[in-house]
Amino acid sequence: MSTATVVEEKSGARSGQPPVADGAVTVTVKILRFNPEVDSEPRWESFGVPALPTDRVLNLLHYVKWYLDGTLTFRRSCAHGICGSDAMQINGVNRLACKVLVKDLMSKGDKQTTITVAPIKGLPVNKDLLVDMEPFMEAFKAVKPFLITYGNEPTRERIQSAADRERFDDTTKCILCACCTTSCPVFWNEGSYFGPAAIVNAHRFIFDSRDEGAEERLDILNDAEGVWRCRTTFNCTDACPRGIQVTKAIQEVKRALLFRR
Amino acid sequence: MQFHKYDVVIVGAGGAGMRAALAAATEAGHAPRTAVLTKLYPTRSHTGAAQGGMCAALANVEEDNWEWHTFDTIKGGDYLVDQDAAEVMAKEAIDAVLDLEKMGLPFNRTPEGKIDQRRFGGHTRNHGEAAVRRACYAADRTGHMILQTLYQNCVKHGIEFFNEYYVLDICLTETENGPVCTGAVAYELATGELHVFQAKAIVFATGGFGKVFKTTSNAHTLTGDGMGIVYRKGLPLEDMEFYQFHPTGLAGLGILLTEGARGEGAILRNASGERFMERYAPTIKDLAPRDIVARSMALEVLEGRGAGPNKDYVLLDCTHLGAEVLETKLPDITEFARTYLAVDPVTEPVPVYPTAHYAMGGIPTNIHGEVLRDNDNVVPGLYAAGECACVSVHGANRLGTNSLLDINVFGRRAGLAAAEYAANHEQLELPAEPTRLVEEQVALVLSEHGKERVADIRTELQATMDANASVYRTEETLKQALHDVQALKDRYAHISVQDKGKRFNTDLLEAVELGFLLELAEVLVVGALERKESRGGHAREDYPNRDDTNFMRHSMFYKQGDGLKGDIRLDYKPVTFTRYKPMERKY
Repeated sequence: MSTATVVEEKSGARSGQPPVADGAVTVTVKILRFNPEVDSEPRWESFGVPALPTDRVLNLLHYVKWYLDGTLTFRRSCAHGICGSDAMQINGVNRLACKVLVKDLMSKGDKQTTITVAPIKGLPVNKDLLVDMEPFMEAFKAVKPFLITYGNEPTRERIQSAADRERFDDTTKCILCACCTTSCPVFWNEGSYFGPAAIVNAHRFIFDSRDEGAEERLDILNDAEGVWRCRTTFNCTDACPRGIQVTKAIQEVKRALLFRR
Repeated sequence: MQFHKYDVVIVGAGGAGMRAALAAATEAGHAPRTAVLTKLYPTRSHTGAAQGGMCAALANVEEDNWEWHTFDTIKGGDYLVDQDAAEVMAKEAIDAVLDLEKMGLPFNRTPEGKIDQRRFGGHTRNHGEAAVRRACYAADRTGHMILQTLYQNCVKHGIEFFNEYYVLDICLTETENGPVCTGAVAYELATGELHVFQAKAIVFATGGFGKVFKTTSNAHTLTGDGMGIVYRKGLPLEDMEFYQFHPTGLAGLGILLTEGARGEGAILRNASGERFMERYAPTIKDLAPRDIVARSMALEVLEGRGAGPNKDYVLLDCTHLGAEVLETKLPDITEFARTYLAVDPVTEPVPVYPTAHYAMGGIPTNIHGEVLRDNDNVVPGLYAAGECACVSVHGANRLGTNSLLDINVFGRRAGLAAAEYAANHEQLELPAEPTRLVEEQVALVLSEHGKERVADIRTELQATMDANASVYRTEETLKQALHDVQALKDRYAHISVQDKGKRFNTDLLEAVELGFLLELAEVLVVGALERKESRGGHAREDYPNRDDTNFMRHSMFYKQGDGLKGDIRLDYKPVTFTRYKPMERKY
């Protein structure tokens, strides 16, 4: 039934031609490069990359890194939109590179397609598309993103109705990719703003019927850097790769603040 | 070089690593100084990609008990499971789930508000009578919720993380009673600086090595680093020939579609629409264990009943489940099919084919997570848990959901044991020149000594492993794979990377990862060649039957000699039996 498959041997030399899939067309990938070890400021660099319509933008970045320029630097891991590593600006909007397909970026007619890729905005750039995530993670940690309860734990599970569980379902989907926070004009201009992702994670607990820490979190979010900075531009909702209604979640936190005793 | 000193150091921040950290820091009764090192950020770990559920005999929706779960795990593993370990896991599963709920995990709920449970492959009522609802779940993102919940609790308890620290070696100090683990050496990605972490106990929770294959559900970062490090130290790896192929990967891409879809009632069909699993597993059909379903799918395709223009996949039919079930219980996989294949599961069946998914083998441990240096002795101070470890609770084939269970039960056990050990032992001196190996390794990769591209070697490795060492194997295909892997190892000696810098040098990182992949691929293939039988996930066409007389035993692989070219010494370890006699495996 199966027979040994001999995988074609290649010369393997660096000068050897990189692989090109049947049906691939060349697209221009224009990347904002910056390596503080050698560059004084960011610069655009373009690469011609063979691409299939079904390719993810991440595939094109890999092509550049693996065959054209090994110094190109970005984060990635799962490659299917679950781990949140590869948030970047693709054609000017925040996306995960592994969730955008080339076919959705193709130019009409004969015009050659150009795809621009830049780091997410508002966090310090460490190298090329790789940014310093620490300020983002600090904002997340500041809102007490964990279940707070008092008193004795039950022996078995806590009882929670399906409806109560559903109440905060949307905000449990967050993968901390920072697409929302780094799409927010308030975050760009006023770095101390917690940003949408932190508020989403506060929402996830404030509206969890098992949690008893809502007041503590609302006090934090009522702060000068808290939810009142939000100007409801909806960039965050557009940017979320998990489809979370981010702006709605922020509005619900605002409402909880207005109507709490 | 920077120096750090801790009581417990955990390497890896997926489910097993963070569960170990929480156990060490909050449950051990004292508070050992604990640090977690990860080459990623904690929430990027691949635990987050797990979808379907975590089994525990809570009996929330129907009669169930942990003894049935133990039996299913042993039978599912084709009797290569160490039965004492399976019993521990099934018993402690119940508290493992309840602990997660108390930490805040948002499980789906029954109408009474209890944790809901769904069916999953190979999990049955009363030793195989019918499928049982045992898997606790949070939609189809159970792994995501476990990873987030554990990280949230690490934040709550102030666990110290070193993010993007890539551990490349462990420190073994020789004593008259054998080697003792005294530390780990990490390469800091941000700066290229080396860090020595001296510790009384080290826990490895570094995940799998799915990137030896081309079609895989695994993340790019799953390159077997932890297994590779341990193996290079002359310590054994166990049962590496047993690799699981998950039946339902998106065809051509390998992206996982949960078995929970079939748990909710989805059906596998061939080109003519036939529910072919009725022929292979008449009792539980589409909910047979993964090895059986994957082989059945491959056979359908090999015998010309595959679907699509090239007849090279089968179809996962969810259309009868309805939009409501798909949107609420299976939203992520519904979106994956829409995004990556432009197929809407609500109205069309989804093209699927087996995808490389999970290593049953790994670093051998006992039920306390202590790493073995041979069949009888442990390496004091060294622990392992999760996919990188082999307890062995999965034997020759892991049941669905048992990996999320494994990381919680044995992650916790390893963390507790490490904390206990740290509390009762003095810190030994580090060996001389603890960073020397890593310095040499990094310098070698960065030096100019050839023109081979890392991507070329990796691509060819993955191609030959897919073609010659996947669902079905023969002596001929495995010899071809071995020839290819060894040739690639020769070429690896001539790689060159373009990025010579110190700052976030991911070019260097990928080259180092490839070294681990090549080494582990060779071990896998050698194990598969030597195991002249078919058992669980290891299917030999030339030896189609299980052979308990000659092969009811674990494989133990030892590296001999230095460098990547070292030889493999194969030894064996008996399987632990308690109450279950091997029987023919029928479903």
